[in-house]
Amino acid sequence: MSVISSPDLTAAGANPPGVIGSGHDGTLREQVTAYVQRVRSGEMGALPAVAGFVVLCVLFTILSPYFLTERNFANLMTQAATLVMLAMALVFVILLGEIDLSAGVTSGVAMSLFVVLSNPGGIRMNWILALLISLATGVVIGLFIGFFVARVGIPSFVVTLGLFLGFQGLQLIIIGDGGLYRIQQPEIIAIQNSNLPVWAGWVMLGVILVISLVTTLLDRRRRSRAGVSSRTIALLWIRLALIAVLGGVVIGLLSQNRGTGFLAVSGVPIVVPITLLILWIGTFVLDRTKFGRYLYAVGGNAEAARRSGIKVVGIKWAAFAVCSTLAVISGVFSASKVGSVDAAFGRDIVLSGVAAAVVGGVSLFGGRGRLIHAAVGALVIAVITNGLGLLNLPGGVNFLVTGGVLILAATVDAVSRVRAGGSILRT
Amino acid sequence: MDAPIIELTDVKKSFGPVSVLKGVSLKVYPGKITALVGDNGAGKSTLIKGLAGVQPYDEGEVKFEGVTVALHNPREAAHLGIEVVYQDLALCDNLDIVQNMFLGREETELGTFDEGKMEREASETLRSLSVRTVKSVRQKVSSLSGGQRQTVAIARSVLKSAKVVILDEPTAALGVAQTEQVLALVTRLAERGVGVLMISHNLVDVFQVADYINVLYLGQMVASVETSRTTSDDVVGYITGSKTYTGVPA
Repeated sequence: MSVISSPDLTAAGANPPGVIGSGHDGTLREQVTAYVQRVRSGEMGALPAVAGFVVLCVLFTILSPYFLTERNFANLMTQAATLVMLAMALVFVILLGEIDLSAGVTSGVAMSLFVVLSNPGGIRMNWILALLISLATGVVIGLFIGFFVARVGIPSFVVTLGLFLGFQGLQLIIIGDGGLYRIQQPEIIAIQNSNLPVWAGWVMLGVILVISLVTTLLDRRRRSRAGVSSRTIALLWIRLALIAVLGGVVIGLLSQNRGTGFLAVSGVPIVVPITLLILWIGTFVLDRTKFGRYLYAVGGNAEAARRSGIKVVGIKWAAFAVCSTLAVISGVFSASKVGSVDAAFGRDIVLSGVAAAVVGGVSLFGGRGRLIHAAVGALVIAVITNGLGLLNLPGGVNFLVTGGVLILAATVDAVSRVRAGGSILRT
Repeated sequence: MDAPIIELTDVKKSFGPVSVLKGVSLKVYPGKITALVGDNGAGKSTLIKGLAGVQPYDEGEVKFEGVTVALHNPREAAHLGIEVVYQDLALCDNLDIVQNMFLGREETELGTFDEGKMEREASETLRSLSVRTVKSVRQKVSSLSGGQRQTVAIARSVLKSAKVVILDEPTAALGVAQTEQVLALVTRLAERGVGVLMISHNLVDVFQVADYINVLYLGQMVASVETSRTTSDDVVGYITGSKTYTGVPA
């Protein structure tokens, strides 16, 4: 966003009086140069994760004839959806420099409640009502964590570790020993197992392009009204072209018939637009509203935030509530994919979620990272699982590779910062 | 001489049995730099925390522009136009200059940020203070030097037309060139008509820019003088308690 400066900005490198840049001025070439400088100075964002994703995809395409097929492609998306959602949920608390180890079991508790309430053999509650109760359970659990972290002052690691252990028991009590409930609602099953009509996929791409265009144009209007310069419009066209090409390729692939039998299967899985919508709303909130800005501020320097009149306790409280609620949505995705909920539902996934966020470039120290970073990180981890599965390698390899990629991602980040003269700690 | 913008009379503050301020009086004038000096533990921080509304005084009168006011919380102080720039700079490293200057008081339209407006006001404020050491207002604060950070913190305080700016050790931990820049900035603040109260340990800085010098010694204001009528030796004497000020409080 800004033109990166030389470390020493005293007299010699200074601008003439009265000229202070905004990082928005300059030609396309200057903007690109500024971006390259930012990357070189260690602000890489999701770049390593994107590169890793591309490399892994190329690698698996070479190694397995099944990887780059329409079927596997759609499969990969539905496999990744749960982790993408959970990683995005965790971003809200990781930005504060906190952690929620109970996000997975929170989704387990909420989904256990859902199946027990909505099961046709049991309480037979209307499934929409049951789903709303599950989401509300997420909010309540988040507020509960927030109370202990923000009010009582216990480290979130400890609070959520306690809940991680405790909620497994709660889940067992709700579900019953060794129990397993099948998801009976076709609407829930459809999320991960049905597709949009082919035309709707293209409409979705059109909507994304229009939203991108309109928000950028509105931003430019606001800036010109305030009398400050906007970035060169060429950047907008480049971004739209990129979205159109990439989105076009993905939707084109998914529009092919990937059925194996007589039944034709095609279209974008329903989970994709849901995830994109939540990604967009979350990014909007983080970038453009006070709540989002204050999350970054508290994560960057809580004391400075407090002195600026920000209610730090309230922000923390809200962040945990958002995290737990989004975690429940990831639970819905998972239940839809698996088709059932048992007493161990959601137990194993949370650390993968944290790993996804870190691989994507979200700083565990707080204050740095975006939702899209976590989403890309989750895709990397999902593609490893998917690709290694296709290669028929023993299950242990998957864990080894995932762990290796996590450490590699952290190393790339640390080295780039040290080389840029920064500290090895991500500040 | 102008009327003081802030006038403290016989202010007291104690923490349990420890009496930290034992009846302190202080005047801050608009457009002037008033220095507050004193040894560690003299009560300087307690005095400014009361003005900032962070720790209200127990007793005594606070007059702002001639009117008696109560300062019970930071919001009331900010409302009057009293801004504090703390020693451990209250900036967020991960945010840029504009975001820091507007933190907690962002300009919004329909619930979303009006980044253009904030960017323009931040640039204008920096420009009005003749700040020329920052390249872009969209730089992350983590990429700034100590002097630049202090500059941003001071600029932040005057963004919303502050009437009084309290600076807590503005030049501590700065190099020679950066100290000069910050002191020049402090002078320009006063030239804008702002009443500046500067706490400092560095008597060289104080004698360079201050119009008045106030010396706290063990919770009492032992001297209030015009800078031109005293010497560094005298002030050191007042600070250490080895000399007694005999003149009329300025």
